Amino acid sequence: MAEGIVNLTSATFDEVVNSSSKPILVDFWAEWCGPCKQIAPILEQIASENPEKIAIAKLNVDDYGDIAGRFNVMSIPTMLLFADGELKHKIVGAMPKGRMLEELSPFLPAGQ
Amino acid sequence: MSAQHKVIIIGSGPAGLTAAIYTARASLSPLVIEGEPSSTSDQPGGQLMLTTEIENFPGFPEGIMGPELMMNFRTQAARFGAEFITEKVTKVDFSSRPFKVWIRDQEHTAESIIVATGAQSLMLNLPRESDLIGHGVSTCATCDGFFFRNHEIAVVGGGDSAIEEAIFLTKFATKVHLIVRRDALRASRIMQERALSNEKIQIHWNSQVTELHGEASLTSVTLKNNADGTSAPLAVTGLFIAIGHKPNTSIFTGVLDMEESGYLLTREGSTYTNVDGVFAAGDVQDHVYRQAITAAGSGCAAAIDCERWLEGQH
Repeated sequence: MAEGIVNLTSATFDEVVNSSSKPILVDFWAEWCGPCKQIAPILEQIASENPEKIAIAKLNVDDYGDIAGRFNVMSIPTMLLFADGELKHKIVGAMPKGRMLEELSPFLPAGQ
Repeated sequence: MSAQHKVIIIGSGPAGLTAAIYTARASLSPLVIEGEPSSTSDQPGGQLMLTTEIENFPGFPEGIMGPELMMNFRTQAARFGAEFITEKVTKVDFSSRPFKVWIRDQEHTAESIIVATGAQSLMLNLPRESDLIGHGVSTCATCDGFFFRNHEIAVVGGGDSAIEEAIFLTKFATKVHLIVRRDALRASRIMQERALSNEKIQIHWNSQVTELHGEASLTSVTLKNNADGTSAPLAVTGLFIAIGHKPNTSIFTGVLDMEESGYLLTREGSTYTNVDGVFAAGDVQDHVYRQAITAAGSGCAAAIDCERWLEGQH
């Protein structure tokens, strides 16, 4: 796991998401999901290239299905973007890095 | 523009990666343009990335997970020096040599090309279908089945993959409706028997889905009975689409000879296309067998055809 990417659990989810000082993207994934494996390195890159703008966390749906259920996640990978503790955007499905950044940019702080 | 390659392989399923292993071992330093991440089967690693356990790939007596098998293929190709670009080819020009391949405005040139872009799932093309993907509508039972524990769901299709999905989904769902367009299944006998004997699967013959309902997520579909023309709602929260595949050949339209259905034509008993120096392997030119092992076999054949063709050029 890349530096800076937190693994969330049912116990830590709310605290981490609500207390994040920057927008936080939560990647809902599972070991058996092929597309999830392709999105993982892209999220790692985005995290390490934009440390000031975005935090990235992962949630294993096999282990913490209650959280997935709470946000009506019905397909993985699903990525939920929270800012100030509120759900701002939902991204479903794997996609290339460029498209992922386009999805995220309206919700991220501008500039460097 | 980068240096000219001896061979560019477009696609990275079993066919593309086998071609990569063989051409790399033949010191042709292949460039593999492997595609880009997506949740369709048009992604690096191909259709097996959306499967779970593969039981019929020889050499794995205990079975192997599809994504793991494809990672192994890739590692093996990389070991012999295959180079990878994780992007999609957007345009090709095979009208003169060297052949040209573009990723947006980035141009790559090669003496020969192996096309192994595979096939992807067909959709129903109904209104709201794309909005509801990830919200009840799915083309990947293995990715999404887990979320339908104790739900009542439907699978559309009558072939082997539809039945495989329906059976897989009975592990989670309370009931699986199998929506079949005709009055018979296209699937192999063994799969038919498995479907017919599974108590959780209810088959709707002569039926097709004509409408999808639900705001935030799918709540029901409209089923039309093709025999008597009547329509009726069916309350399901999940709809898995397995009605067949289409080849990923749109970038080759007008460039390579293809069937009306889009599958590339190859010269009988070989992987030669109509353009000398361009070869095709795997599902992109095969709608008959469509297996990982046959795709790998034709990828190997394309590598050998390509290697011999290159030798003949010098």
